Amino acid sequence: MSAGRKLDRRGFLARGLAAASTALLGGCEELSNQDWVKRILDSGETLTYAAQRALITPQALAREYGEADLSSDFKANGSTNPDDPAYVTHAENGFADWKLAVGGLVETPLELSLAELRAMPSRTQITRHDCVEGWSCIGKWKGTRLSAVLERADLKQDARYIVFYCADMLGDTGTEADRYYESIGLEDAFHEQTILAYEMNDRTLPIAHGAPLRLRVERQLGYKMAKYVMRMEAVESLGGIRGGRGGFWEDIGYEWYAGI
Amino acid sequence: MDATGSSNKGEVIYRHSATVRITHWVNALVLLVLLMSGLQIFNAHPALYLGAKSDFDDPILAMGTVDEGGTPKGVTTIFGYAIPTDGVFGLSGNADSGYVSRGFPWWATLPGYRDLAMGRRWHFFFAWLFLFNGLAYLLWSLGSGHLRRDLAPSRQDLAHIGASIREHARFNFPKGEEAKRYNVLQKLAYLAVAIVLLPLMLLTGLAMSPGMDAAFPALLDVFGGRQTARTIHFISATAIVLFVVVHLVMVVLSGLWNNLRSMITGRYEIKPAEEKP
Repeated sequence: MSAGRKLDRRGFLARGLAAASTALLGGCEELSNQDWVKRILDSGETLTYAAQRALITPQALAREYGEADLSSDFKANGSTNPDDPAYVTHAENGFADWKLAVGGLVETPLELSLAELRAMPSRTQITRHDCVEGWSCIGKWKGTRLSAVLERADLKQDARYIVFYCADMLGDTGTEADRYYESIGLEDAFHEQTILAYEMNDRTLPIAHGAPLRLRVERQLGYKMAKYVMRMEAVESLGGIRGGRGGFWEDIGYEWYAGI
Repeated sequence: MDATGSSNKGEVIYRHSATVRITHWVNALVLLVLLMSGLQIFNAHPALYLGAKSDFDDPILAMGTVDEGGTPKGVTTIFGYAIPTDGVFGLSGNADSGYVSRGFPWWATLPGYRDLAMGRRWHFFFAWLFLFNGLAYLLWSLGSGHLRRDLAPSRQDLAHIGASIREHARFNFPKGEEAKRYNVLQKLAYLAVAIVLLPLMLLTGLAMSPGMDAAFPALLDVFGGRQTARTIHFISATAIVLFVVVHLVMVVLSGLWNNLRSMITGRYEIKPAEEKP
């Protein structure tokens, strides 16, 4: 092999590597915007959901911690003070006239005041809140068992998801599309640790953390745990609701199943 | 060039099986995507902690900005010591698009712009490829004897670690019969990556999943809490990057074309031992 050819090959390799890295960087960026790429990548979510559903029994509990583990500075993320006029009025009134609406595919639509919710079966738990961003905080939550609310409302046979509509607006379009909403499947809805929390760290749930009512779904990430829950709806499919992916963050690309 | 080789070119042996070659290149691509999408995810909260929860006042590592006479400057704080990393960590960009506060710079993340959701999609999809590819390699390695025959160091190997380190320090690589096998440092490095670091990436990744933590609470105990698992995930990724850097340097120094060819076609030329200076 001649020295010239060797140099040529080296030059070719160097150019090749440079081109490859540019193509990879630019290419992946370009690819990230292609719908077919998103669909292929989404198959990973399907696989993850199937695998986790197979591995996690319906009864498996998220780890519960002790009082000593509580975060001294539990981060309030997302909306921390909704400016929705109806919400502001309720907040000024200490949520005395506020009611949680439960509707959709139920035999008995409900309107529950905070006093009624507090009188229902509750659960208290110290759990870790894992944000999709990567951080974790530990808090103590007390709330109505979601299963108790759903049993009282009596789900119809075809109900498969529970959708939570919230008071806060998180987007910046200035339309109803900004309003936070979330949804979970029935397995999580009836899970022992799934509660509608009205207390945090032994005090009334503060506005920054979702007063008057915040969903806790302890085996998933923080964005599933909707704050400022105003209304719940049992549905058969998420397709017709807003962006169709089952939540505010889901509609802009986050996974509906947030167990990972 | 025939399989037996000729006297002046050295003997050509069949060094890497098809399984090793395929899983090697798949792994190389998959790890690159996992690294870059992982840094995108890290950038959503560029700080690391120990324990179950995040003590925001006391991260063991944090990338951010400090104000220096009215201009923000990128800084990385490790165990309380601030290291100026302006332009790379904490604050980066260019004159055209402007400088922004972010952990790792655009060229290290996938996508380059800030998009946690997309980073997660890339990361978790490629994590599945990583798992399938890794399992294929490990099962084949166990079944075929590759692990025992080619990677497990013999007692004799271990006795020669010192000598091997000295040889490597002089960039003096094995020739002749010795070059037909991995040397002891190679064996230990490959083993450390294949059976320690890469499985550790998977397990610490799973320990960050609230779902998997409910199914396997031991994940939290083994790694000392979710935030420690996240920190180990980061350190282990860094160790793999360092391995790759050393690996690439060694590939170049010990014969770039011969090495590349052997990992593509399987054929590797053995330089005659008598050429040793």
